Amino acid sequence: MNSTSALLPDRPAAEQESPVLIVDDLRTQIHTPRGDVQAVDGISFTLGRGKTLGIVGESGSGKSVLGRTIMGLYSTGPTMTVSGRVLIAGKDVHTLGASGLRELWGSDVGMVFQDPMTALNPVKKVGVHLTESLRRHRTMNRAQAKAHAAELLNLVGIPEPRRRLDQYPHELSGGMRQRVVIAMSLANEPALLIADEPTTALDVTVQKQILDLLDRLQDELGMAIVLISHNLGVVAGRADRVAVMYAGRVVETADAAALFGLPHHPYTEALLEAIPRLDQPPHVRLAAIDGAPPNMVAPPIGCRFAPRCRYAQSDCTLAPPSLDGAVTRGIATPGHSFACYHPVNAGGQ
Amino acid sequence: MGPILLKKVGELAAVLLIVSFGTFMLVSLLPNDPAVSILGQGREPAEYAAVREELGLNDALPVRYLDWLGSAVAGDLGRTVVPPYTDVLDRIAAALPVSVELAVLGMAMALLFSIPLAMWSAHRAGGRVDRVISAGSFGVLSVPSFLAGLLIIMVFANQLGWFPRGQWVRISESLGDNLYHAFLPALVIALAETALFTRILRNDLITTLQEDFILAAKAKGMSARHILFSDALRPSSFSMITLLGISLGRLIGSTVIVEYLFALPGMGSLVIGAANTGDFTMVQGAVLVIAVIYVLTNLLIDLSYGVLDPRIRRAHV
Ligand SMILES: Nc1ncnc2c1ncn2[C@@H]1O[C@H](COP(=O)(O)OP(=O)(O)O)[C@@H](O)[C@H]1O
Ligand code: SF4
Ligand SMILES: [Mg+2]
Repeated sequence: MNSTSALLPDRPAAEQESPVLIVDDLRTQIHTPRGDVQAVDGISFTLGRGKTLGIVGESGSGKSVLGRTIMGLYSTGPTMTVSGRVLIAGKDVHTLGASGLRELWGSDVGMVFQDPMTALNPVKKVGVHLTESLRRHRTMNRAQAKAHAAELLNLVGIPEPRRRLDQYPHELSGGMRQRVVIAMSLANEPALLIADEPTTALDVTVQKQILDLLDRLQDELGMAIVLISHNLGVVAGRADRVAVMYAGRVVETADAAALFGLPHHPYTEALLEAIPRLDQPPHVRLAAIDGAPPNMVAPPIGCRFAPRCRYAQSDCTLAPPSLDGAVTRGIATPGHSFACYHPVNAGGQ
Repeated sequence: MGPILLKKVGELAAVLLIVSFGTFMLVSLLPNDPAVSILGQGREPAEYAAVREELGLNDALPVRYLDWLGSAVAGDLGRTVVPPYTDVLDRIAAALPVSVELAVLGMAMALLFSIPLAMWSAHRAGGRVDRVISAGSFGVLSVPSFLAGLLIIMVFANQLGWFPRGQWVRISESLGDNLYHAFLPALVIALAETALFTRILRNDLITTLQEDFILAAKAKGMSARHILFSDALRPSSFSMITLLGISLGRLIGSTVIVEYLFALPGMGSLVIGAANTGDFTMVQGAVLVIAVIYVLTNLLIDLSYGVLDPRIRRAHV
């Protein structure tokens, strides 16, 4: 692993102590023509250096909006109102301003997108995707940047990196393209990587390779990863902590082992039952969760999962359960919180 | 050159054949009697008949067409049939550079204006700048170009006296003087095209700016300027380039209004003059040359798609 030693950063010891990412009571409201959508509704967590947080929830639960809000990166479209705080490597994302954000993006934090077919510019060579990012944040001449770009391709497991640099995205397979996207987001060795459904668009066999690659790169480069997926199976065995999202809120969060071993929230339980399994014959219908996520313009007043919950009782629709409530009531440990009045697997509850 | 290019060239040759035959027929069917144009009224019928015989007008149409086409391919478009009896090709050779220069300069100006305007618009779509630019384009497009031309002449040539009107200096005489004289007419040509290009490019840019790869470029910390020029422009330029090709081909043959306003000796003036005097060889020759240029421009545009998009390039190789 000669090529990787040059990429390993020397980080001061102090930096290793403080969390790479702090998210505090983050709220994102999207102003749509149909009304305001509270896509992210009061989310808090911290993520240490080299750790992985899995964020899981059905499509539409607000995972992508959360990922973008953490970065402070919005696509063109409806206006949004954001409150709460995000600190990446100690920098307050929402007070940085446009030029501060451009310094942050691509150097302190990188992003991997869902669809590698559309995340690369079709008219730009693979090499340019990498070198422009390198030269944006470091002082390198063309030749140095090109040499470094080849090293990056080597690092993400692309054979014949020199030749690949001169190819266009359409000349690469989906898996190879996602490797390029990962190389691109890691070019400047960010402390934090946000991977939004990085394998959803890929074949099952390629999915595992890409996830293994992220694991290996995390070991070698030491970055923290926010791994977003609609599939609990994707984060199983890879995340240190998991946060389950429903309708803009985290409904259960715990260390991965605890969450998979003894889930307390009915929604988490349902998600676990819906994990597609490789040992099942294909086309066996999954135990999909009945019903649909709530209308986000006017969500239910109490527990947002109540209309679909098989354990719901009359008190569930009165007021929303809070994430800390269970800890306060002494039925959960501080590292394992869930927002539910009638949790499952709660020992006699 | 791949088989696709060869096929393209074949298609274009067919187009040229059809266009040239059409023009030939059209001109032949004009009620004008060329013999009368040449000799004037009141001669003996035998004299007219002799001229017709000499011009080959008594042969069957297909024979006359093939004769004419054969000479045209050999570079001989014949002589004008009205005085001064000059070589048609010489007259075209004198007029064509004026039209080509006006068209190319006009297009270059239109690109120079419209690319930044479209980017500015698209960058903050729906914002104030965008609305002003949109309104401006509609305004310009709704003014007939002869009116815009007259206004520009009144202001810049007559009132301010910054630019001349009604003279032409050839590039061979003095490049600076040539550009000085070409500026205003090219500007008039550029106006409407700028408005059109700006609208088309703005819309395509807005579509491109919603692509994932733009977000990915932002996520690397690239600046808005870099993203607009280096990421968004090329994938957004196809419609505009197509339009540019059509405009360029069209303008070379029909900058008539501008040539008339500025009294310039281009192809437009040449064809109109010839049509008015019944100079049918001149009209035939000029229309053929214009068609050839039109077809060649479009071939160039087709080839440029491959330069713009590597995915198309591969299909050509
Ligand atoms: N650009 C947008 N315009 C309007 N609504 C949006 C937009 N992006 C996201 N939303 C809404 O925000 C909510 C969360 O979306 P998203 O974060 O994409 O979900 P996920 O990534 O978990 O599938 C959804 O209700 C969705 O309709
Ligand atoms: S609070 Fe009630 S409705 Fe909500 S998840 Fe728990 S049991 Fe179900
Ligand atoms: Mg998403």
